[in-house]
Amino acid sequence: MPPEISLTPVPAHARHGSNIGQPLTRRDGVLKVTGAARYAADNHPPGMLHAVLAVSTIARGRVSFLDVEAAKAHPGVVEVMTPANRPRLAEDPDAKLHPFMFRLELLQNDEVRYANQAIAVVIAQTLEAATEGVALLAPKYETQPARVGLDASESFVPAAVGVGNPSAMHRGDVEAGLAAAARRIDATYETPMQYHNPMEPHAIVAAWDGDALSVDTPSQGLAMAQGRIAGLFGISPENIHIRSPFLGGGFGSKGLISGPQLLGILAARLVGKPVKLVLRREHLYGPVGHRSASRQRLRIGADGEGLLTAIDHRAKVASSTFDDFFEPAADASHTLYASPAIATSHEAVRLDTGTPLFMRAPGEATGSIALESAIDEMADACGMDPLAFRLKNYADVEPISGKPFSSKALRECYARGAEHFGWSKRPLAPRQLRDENGLLIGWGMGTATFPALMFAAEARAVVRGDGSGVMETGAHDMGQGAWTAFAQIAADALGLDLDRMEFKAGTSDLPDAGIAGGSAHTATAGMAIHNAGAAVIAKLADLATNDQRSPLFGAGNAGVIARDGRLFRRDDETRSDSYADILGRAGLAQVEARGKGAADPAAQSSYAMHAHGAVFAEVKVDSDLGQIRVTRLVGAFAAGRVINPRMVRSQIFGGMIWGMSFALHEQAIMDKRSGRTLNANFAEYQVPVNADVPSMEALMIEEHDPHVNALGIKGVGEIGITGSAGAIANAVWHATGVRVRRFPIGLDDLVMPRSH
Amino acid sequence: MKNFEYVRPATISEAVAAAAEPGAAYLAGGTNLLDLMKGGIVRPNRLVDISHLPGLDRIERLPDGGTRIGALVRNADLAHDGEFAKSYPAIAEALLSGASGQLRNAATVGGNLLQRTRCGYFYDPASACNKREPGTGCDARGGENRLHAVLGWSEACIATHPSDFCVPLAALDAVVEIEGRTGRREVTVEALHRLPGDTPEQENVLLPGELIVAVRLPKEARTFSHHARYLKVRERTSFAFAVVSAAVGLRIEQGTIWDARLALGGVAPKPWRAHAAEKIVEGCVPDAATFRRAAEAALADARPCGDNAFKIELAKRIIVRALTLAISETAERVAALPGSPFAPVAGALHAS
Ligand SMILES: Cc1cc2nc3c(=O)[nH]c(=O)nc-3n(C[C@H](O)[C@H](O)[C@H](O)COP(=O)(O)OP(=O)(O)OC[C@H]3O[C@@H](n4cnc5c(N)ncnc54)[C@H](O)[C@@H]3O)c2cc1C
Ligand code: SF4
Repeated sequence: MPPEISLTPVPAHARHGSNIGQPLTRRDGVLKVTGAARYAADNHPPGMLHAVLAVSTIARGRVSFLDVEAAKAHPGVVEVMTPANRPRLAEDPDAKLHPFMFRLELLQNDEVRYANQAIAVVIAQTLEAATEGVALLAPKYETQPARVGLDASESFVPAAVGVGNPSAMHRGDVEAGLAAAARRIDATYETPMQYHNPMEPHAIVAAWDGDALSVDTPSQGLAMAQGRIAGLFGISPENIHIRSPFLGGGFGSKGLISGPQLLGILAARLVGKPVKLVLRREHLYGPVGHRSASRQRLRIGADGEGLLTAIDHRAKVASSTFDDFFEPAADASHTLYASPAIATSHEAVRLDTGTPLFMRAPGEATGSIALESAIDEMADACGMDPLAFRLKNYADVEPISGKPFSSKALRECYARGAEHFGWSKRPLAPRQLRDENGLLIGWGMGTATFPALMFAAEARAVVRGDGSGVMETGAHDMGQGAWTAFAQIAADALGLDLDRMEFKAGTSDLPDAGIAGGSAHTATAGMAIHNAGAAVIAKLADLATNDQRSPLFGAGNAGVIARDGRLFRRDDETRSDSYADILGRAGLAQVEARGKGAADPAAQSSYAMHAHGAVFAEVKVDSDLGQIRVTRLVGAFAAGRVINPRMVRSQIFGGMIWGMSFALHEQAIMDKRSGRTLNANFAEYQVPVNADVPSMEALMIEEHDPHVNALGIKGVGEIGITGSAGAIANAVWHATGVRVRRFPIGLDDLVMPRSH
Repeated sequence: MKNFEYVRPATISEAVAAAAEPGAAYLAGGTNLLDLMKGGIVRPNRLVDISHLPGLDRIERLPDGGTRIGALVRNADLAHDGEFAKSYPAIAEALLSGASGQLRNAATVGGNLLQRTRCGYFYDPASACNKREPGTGCDARGGENRLHAVLGWSEACIATHPSDFCVPLAALDAVVEIEGRTGRREVTVEALHRLPGDTPEQENVLLPGELIVAVRLPKEARTFSHHARYLKVRERTSFAFAVVSAAVGLRIEQGTIWDARLALGGVAPKPWRAHAAEKIVEGCVPDAATFRRAAEAALADARPCGDNAFKIELAKRIIVRALTLAISETAERVAALPGSPFAPVAGALHAS
């Protein structure tokens, strides 16, 4: 097994010599379509055993009995790990030393806090034996009533929502604004519990060698996972080697290492052999996070001209009984529409579920579908076209903070998207359009937005004596194309063709690339790569300009540029020196340098930084049968610099399809008595299939942002959901005249509209 | 998984003998059975793999004009058999509206008939379920039952039979050929599945070890080929079970419906033949009011078992729609979205 993963060869069909901004095909594409890409569960170290989780079927109470003897007696079963024999940990899994540390169920006791919580692990020679061992445990419980649904317990005001955002914020006086309004709406929207459902379930292959640990597991945050394991097991991070070259999706559920993954490591410790643990699909519905259900009330006022006077957005969400994550749904109203008065607030309940966690556009997606529906309702109340209404209330500064935007090409998004879609032909009233078969047609729109975040990352750049380069950072490819986009940035940073450079990523021994989350990975790790490249080039320049034998002697650092493996004098490009010659003369085998990527606090305090977009949707509705079909989706997005338009388009499409899923399909169905999820499988937890996906277009609007970071990258991973979900909901209303405020919109909503 | 014995009989009689023991189960395409085994919902002691039995994978045209479909014919092969699809367009459409391409490639005719319900509580071994464990109760009552039955259900069980294929088969009087230890017998598809009553665990009339060897369409079945549709309302455009579905076959001459066949899916514990509705449209010149009357008759005995009253109205509407669409000549090809109301059929929709 290679100690680190790198992708050197560029597939022959990719375009060469072209870096940032080029639509390169995936560098890992051939590996993936030929099955050569090795995902965590594809690993089989010699002597490996199989572990299967036994999970709780109750949502609250305690385990009173496990038939460990029966399980152990089953042929092939090697060991059963329970709270009684689970190896000792150096840290309490219930410790919470910082808000980003989430409590874990690692068999610390017999308490059950949600359905599908691990209550034991069976380790066996085969997967089948371990599975049967689990069945033979036949647990008994002392059961307490489960608290399910947003009304199941006392509500309270959380201290913070999201990651440390204030639970409530306001600017201006919303009550006065509402009182002064000529038109008002007051509407309540409900969104369901949702699960990340990456195609690849969480999986781990763990092997101990003394106190050294080797792990194959998908991770969106290698360094954080390494730190968490180190803390729990009381070993040094350098002793932990994690490989995560490919993820079959994560969507936030692999941002933090989960309890079940850690149980795989504990199982390996217990039996002293390598262990593989792969979650069954239904096991993902509990211990690896979810999106909380929400109930959101929006009160909006506008004056006689259609200018907003107030937006009051109140969200009720849920967390688990034992930990805190509060979906910041109402925060969606902070940034989009210019209202003199805005108030957002959250209340929460505690339920017998796993702890909700970051799920693609956490808060933004949930809040957006409610806000965009409400804005549509408000436009209708004012008798205005939804786009005209949004333009009328266009925010030139960030409404909640009053800060200027670092860049905001949303007007262009509206204009280009609307033109492309043909929005100007939209009749104002609903139920006006039909197709040749008599199906109702509706057009709706929504505004998309997502913050341009940056975390912290590091990269290491090397230029070797032969003039080739290496760029290293422990970046994560969840399928979004990190292997390709980062290599493009690296090649430019090193002044090399892609095929003269090796890009290494996906393992924990490389410099910390931060976390692939918050749509910030490309910006953050990209800036680290950019800076590492600049630093190593500066070293080369230093060598060359101080070397009398170099054609660049005396040019000074600022006076050279790197391209095609050479440094050129900026003022005289006929004078150049190759990397190989520079290093050769200096007698160096290589030079290396590190670079960091991080947010610039000064820019952040002066500017509001967001990506934006406008999504236009067409749906067809058979109102007799309640069937809805999205037939067209056009999105126009402005997200700063585009590193690879092909990957960006895929990300945006994926987001827009997710938006469709949010509006029309996705929901976890939980039994209110037992707290168990009844559709924990891909047949019944419905996400769109290809036949649902319509003709889609994603237009990228050029946007140069000098403030977000030197590369001008804003990130595109999550924005596609926002705007799209609301656009589809609004299109359903425009088609039918029925305003559905509970998502996903179902057949029954149109066959037998409920009164709201 | 529980350890089980795996046998692969060479002949039908060997298969029947091997499956006669308690705890044995036939394995055909495995698309349903293996899922159930992985979830611990069924735990057979012995799998009798019939997928290699010779002679059961043929589609035969019978001398009397009927058609005999071997029990191991794959769902995809049957739907894509040109002559079959032309003769029984509603069956082809029903097959193609079901599951996904991969599943249809594996799923067999016999397996499709005997697939189990999709009731979420049946699939959850921790829930009380009279069908899975007789006498334990039914957690679907008072639970999440939006998709459960509105016809034929009992206090003991409110689950639906999920098959699409069975719906036009029931409409067309298809017959199931069964091989058992005492020889061969036949039952109609309509009589194959039982209503739950107090014994929801007894889903069909097969005796232990009995093997479905073929499904036969009587000669009359092809007389409906000019006016036949299968329509399926589901919660996404493809790869979803029916919320409600309807299979219709009409024999129309000189503008009058002389013979009508109608069955519903997704509404009952079995494919639901709507005889009363058939009687109403027979002898009539097609019109919307008659169709609505037929629909009312078909659902006359329907009652919600919980949060699913909408299915009653939806079933009526899909009957009206399927009858309306069936009036026009059957299209040359099955629509790109089989069974979907979105498959364009010119002029067929009334403005709603
Ligand atoms: C995700 C998913 C989606 C699906 N969607 C749909 C859908 O939309 N519409 C639809 O109609 N179906 C759908 N199905 C169900 C699918 O059609 C059935 O699983 C399939 O038809 C079963 O056939 P099989 O050959 O695989 O049966 P198996 O799984 O092998 O067997 C099923 C049952 O029948 C018994 N059996 C099989 N053959 C015989 C025989 N000849 N004699 C006696 N007993 C026999 C077995 O013992 C077993 O109990 C879906 C299935 C899945 C997994
Ligand atoms: S409806 Fe039938 S299958 Fe579902 S739980 Fe009740 S008894 Fe079981």
